[in-house]
Amino acid sequence: MSESSATPTPAGASVDSGNTGVGGRVPSADTTPEGPISAQPVTGNKTKVRPGDRIFRGLTTGSGVLVVVLIGLIGLFLLVQAIPSIGLDQVNFLTSREWSTNDPANLRFGILDLLLVTVATSVVALVIAMPVSLGIALFLTQYAPPKLARPFAYAVDLLAAVPSIIFGLWGLYVLAPQLAPIASWLNDTLGFIPIFADGNVSSEIGGTIFTAGVVLGIMLLPIITSLTREVFQRTPVAQIEGALALGATRWEVIRTTVLPFGKAGYISASMLGLGRALGETIALTIILLAPSTTFGGSIFDGGATFASKIASASSEFNDPRSVGAYITAGLVLFLLTFLVNFAGRAIVSGKKEYR
Amino acid sequence: MAKRIDVKDLNIYYGKFHAVDGVTLSVPPRSVTAFIGPSGCGKSTVLRSLNRMHEVIPGARVEGDVLLDGQNIYASAVDPVQVRRTIGMVFQRPNPFPTMSIRDNVVAGLKLAGVRNKSQLDEVAERALRGANLWNEVKDRLNRPGGGLSGGQQQRLCIARAIAVRPDVLLMDEPCSALDPISTLAIEDLITELKKDYTIVIVTHNMQQAARVSDQTAFFNLAGVGQPGRLVEIDDTEKIFSNPTQKATEDYISGRFG
Ligand SMILES: Nc1ncnc2c1ncn2[C@@H]1O[C@H](COP(=O)(O)OP(=O)(O)OP(=O)(O)O)[C@@H](O)[C@H]1O
Ligand SMILES: [Mg+2]
Repeated sequence: MSESSATPTPAGASVDSGNTGVGGRVPSADTTPEGPISAQPVTGNKTKVRPGDRIFRGLTTGSGVLVVVLIGLIGLFLLVQAIPSIGLDQVNFLTSREWSTNDPANLRFGILDLLLVTVATSVVALVIAMPVSLGIALFLTQYAPPKLARPFAYAVDLLAAVPSIIFGLWGLYVLAPQLAPIASWLNDTLGFIPIFADGNVSSEIGGTIFTAGVVLGIMLLPIITSLTREVFQRTPVAQIEGALALGATRWEVIRTTVLPFGKAGYISASMLGLGRALGETIALTIILLAPSTTFGGSIFDGGATFASKIASASSEFNDPRSVGAYITAGLVLFLLTFLVNFAGRAIVSGKKEYR
Repeated sequence: MAKRIDVKDLNIYYGKFHAVDGVTLSVPPRSVTAFIGPSGCGKSTVLRSLNRMHEVIPGARVEGDVLLDGQNIYASAVDPVQVRRTIGMVFQRPNPFPTMSIRDNVVAGLKLAGVRNKSQLDEVAERALRGANLWNEVKDRLNRPGGGLSGGQQQRLCIARAIAVRPDVLLMDEPCSALDPISTLAIEDLITELKKDYTIVIVTHNMQQAARVSDQTAFFNLAGVGQPGRLVEIDDTEKIFSNPTQKATEDYISGRFG
């Protein structure tokens, strides 16, 4: 019957292909009647703001401004308190390693030692937490069977719910003795490298930067892992399949798609972790032993970070002039955390072109 | 180069869902075969089972044989990674690796295969880009990211990436559906060109495209809602479009479907 009407390119077929949406192959007539929708704002009155929009915008702008104002006020508070005490300081507060605030008439405080110990502890923590988190995130998103991945991810997240005082106690009484042999092995075999040299506190008790860094690293795991996992999960399926179709193995898929896609997220997660590590207080206050000498550059040294120094002195805050010394330390910590966040952002936006 | 494909009684599943039932067809070397049929009838599913991409979806599995020049790609000793290296695939949406340069995109498959020699990679990149009719447009910016190209250029980049490894077969799933008419024609010309060296299977919703580029056409259909898709008939394109054996085929291509 219709054999005669069917040709190699049948007329009916064009109707069909038109509406099966072959992505704008033929600008079909259906698109023109939609004109009025886009024409309205042009012909009608000037952008009318609806009350709902206005309220919502007010609320969101308000909250945004509030945050900025709060940060500004905190900074201002620190500055106002810190400046006079810097004036009373008998030593250079940036380069001195001394810290004696008992006599308000003769304040001698410098932040150098605190800064070095804070940074050293955080670096040890990151060196441990970054690769482990990366491994966990890759395992959870790429290798673990879904049935296992969910409870495992939940367990990692639970780690974030453990109070840091528990981490501190556990670190000092349970972990530190276990770490002692590792520490002495590192010290024996790599002791010629300054960072593994003999420390200034007893290594048996383990109140060292090394122990503190390991505990801090464990505390950072959930933070870095959960963000990194989220980013890895969002790797576009199209890219993963593109790699697979080229004959990529699972690891090659990760290398060509998941890692490049998630790199920026991973770095910013680590920076966030670093920000957290710099300010961690109570666990480090418990673990770190106060040495009699200054920080010598070894991870087996004791010492105090900004936060742990302030916390352990807080019971003796009686003279506003000595308090000022600690607030100065707080201000430096505040600036340092800011700096880390900016650095993280700069790294993330650095390779924008390729994202 | 350019091998023949014989599919024998292929049943494809997504978990418990039986998506495609009992497909048997043959694709001769150096020819273009078009898959047509209504949405959801399993064209992509069949195509993806031809290079073992189907099984990367959790729970998905395939029963039956797919022979590549007589070798069953589903034999237990066969490594799916190796299969995908010899059977290339181009997707509906262009998917260049956004973090890689144009050149690195093209040679990505070769690098995976372990080729490190820079001059060899450059040579292959140029040959593949010329093969995909993209060379003249990108030769001055080979080190720029692949994501910076237009959609049509990206799709040709993906074709270049697929042919750079000199596969035996090239599978294309609606490669032009996200493209404008000019880019579509460019890719159709390219398919006709590539036919000299490759066995090509293309899924398309565009009947004229099937008629223009293919030598044989396979029509897939659904027996009903919730039923598996099946192959209704496969024949020379000319025959399918002028004198199909099955009533359903005729209804579909003449637009009297459903
Ligand atoms: N990942 C998946 N999981 C479960 N079912 C799927 C999946 N992908 C496809 N299906 C089902 O398999 C059947 C065949 O789908 P397929 O994508 O192969 O159709 P198609 O012919 O390519 O359709 P279209 O023309 O719309 O691309 C459909 O019923 C679909 O819902
Ligand atoms: Mg499809």
